[in-house]
Amino acid sequence: MFNFPFQKTMTRGFKLEKIFLWLIFMIIFFPGSAIAQEEAQISAGDTAWMLTATALVLFMTIPGLSLFYAGMVRSKNVLSVLMQCFAITSLMTVLWVIYGYSIAFGGEGAYWGGLSKMFLKGIGVDTLSGTIPETVFMTFQMTFAIITPALIVGAFAERMKFSAMLVFMAIWLTIVYAPITHWVWGEGGWLGGKGILDFAGGTVVHINAGIAGLVAALVLGKRKGYPNTAMPPHNLTLTVVGASMLWVGWFGFNAGSELAADGVAGMAMAVTQIATATAALGWMFSEWLAHGKPSVLGIASGAVAGLVAITPASGAVGPMGALIIGAVAGVGCFIAATKIKRALGYDDSLDVFGVHAIGGIIGAILTGVFCAESLGGAGFGDGISGIGGQVVVQFTGVMATIIYTGIVSLIILKVVDVIMGLRVSEEEETEGLDISQHQEKGYIL
Amino acid sequence: MKKIEAIIKPFKLEEVKEALTDIGVQGMTVTEVKGFGRQKGHKEIYRGAEYTVDFLPKVKIEVVVSSNQLDQVVETIIRSAKTGTIGDGKIFVTDLTEMIRIRTGEKGDSAL
Repeated sequence: MFNFPFQKTMTRGFKLEKIFLWLIFMIIFFPGSAIAQEEAQISAGDTAWMLTATALVLFMTIPGLSLFYAGMVRSKNVLSVLMQCFAITSLMTVLWVIYGYSIAFGGEGAYWGGLSKMFLKGIGVDTLSGTIPETVFMTFQMTFAIITPALIVGAFAERMKFSAMLVFMAIWLTIVYAPITHWVWGEGGWLGGKGILDFAGGTVVHINAGIAGLVAALVLGKRKGYPNTAMPPHNLTLTVVGASMLWVGWFGFNAGSELAADGVAGMAMAVTQIATATAALGWMFSEWLAHGKPSVLGIASGAVAGLVAITPASGAVGPMGALIIGAVAGVGCFIAATKIKRALGYDDSLDVFGVHAIGGIIGAILTGVFCAESLGGAGFGDGISGIGGQVVVQFTGVMATIIYTGIVSLIILKVVDVIMGLRVSEEEETEGLDISQHQEKGYIL
Repeated sequence: MKKIEAIIKPFKLEEVKEALTDIGVQGMTVTEVKGFGRQKGHKEIYRGAEYTVDFLPKVKIEVVVSSNQLDQVVETIIRSAKTGTIGDGKIFVTDLTEMIRIRTGEKGDSAL
């Protein structure tokens, strides 16, 4: 398993004892074969769970995230968002197979994993990754490489050219997502080596997508008429259905990141539920106080904020930590998506920055606090002895991600803009992307 | 002949329709419309973005009646559409110069 040090801490005692007894048994009865037997073996339980978790994470993007976003745009753009998520799912799958998986997990290195596993070279029916088939691990990670770019869609929704979106996403996966994944989870990755705790992708997925989204929103500029024209969500029913699917799918994301069916996965599931519910309530009550009414969009957004924030923490904190992380994320993301966005005036259409970057940062930093065993957590990263040290490492990971993805996303966007233009024409924007980009309408009533 | 246009609250439509058929009105045309009067619109807030919605959904009922039925029909609409709160709507009455039943070519009151 890939640099989830706390997990080693939690299960080390049990595993050592088991291996020791096994070794004694083997040496007595099969002298000479003990070493071979000690090598990793496939676990049916782990494999069954990871097959399920992989399907759950794919379910998060299509249909979960797609519907969550589709409901929030205007009816003339509903298909464009669904289409973007669907096309990203397909494109990232192909790129992941060709070279993405290799860059992220192909081999050892501080910054990338090399190209040795291009086209999944060497991965067959019998190849294992830990206790599960490598095919399963590769596909599980693929679903992460799908949802992360898909999250960015919310930031530039309703105004980006479909063709430019595909090109941007392909380059972004290649030089932003895959390398950062390697830094944190890959063998020898420099952030993983520092003992960063990022169980399921606070830095890799959420901060990464949130910052890229903010940059995209700034580079593309505001939607025509923003913020004076009313741009209310066209169908919040879809949004609530999508948010609910995200919530369910997220158990695959967080509990699946243990890569095994064990106690850590169980705790990851529990804290995911706890933090999400707390954040949903946090956003709901904040809005109730600030605007006089508890809104449906608010409680759904709060749930997503909670899911985001608990993601890096899910294998490292206990229930008390989850309650606090959820509460801080619910209130913090509410403030970011409503007050700060208004004050700064950028047009992040569906609040990718306010929910994913802010939620991710809150989660990543608080993971450093609540992983402490004294606070009910599973312990610090390898070689780290206190909350201060862990928070510094967490902060380093957050800053490294923000700076790298911020700068590189900006460069990619500028280059794509020069080559083909990022934005649809004003006329196409007014007409809606469904007709102008796809020659279809979402609703023929 | 008079044409009565009544703008009412949508949820009152069923009640008004029942009341009018009870007093013998044989047909009506209903349209979903939007508008505002003294009630003005309302506010909607999505993630902190506040929108004023000026045009509220209403239902417009068009009924044509003979002149001697007018008062009874107007009273019936008022009785069945009234809630007593702001936004109950308006009734407009106009003189109608002609009316023809397409199927038979009948004109005037006999086309009612």
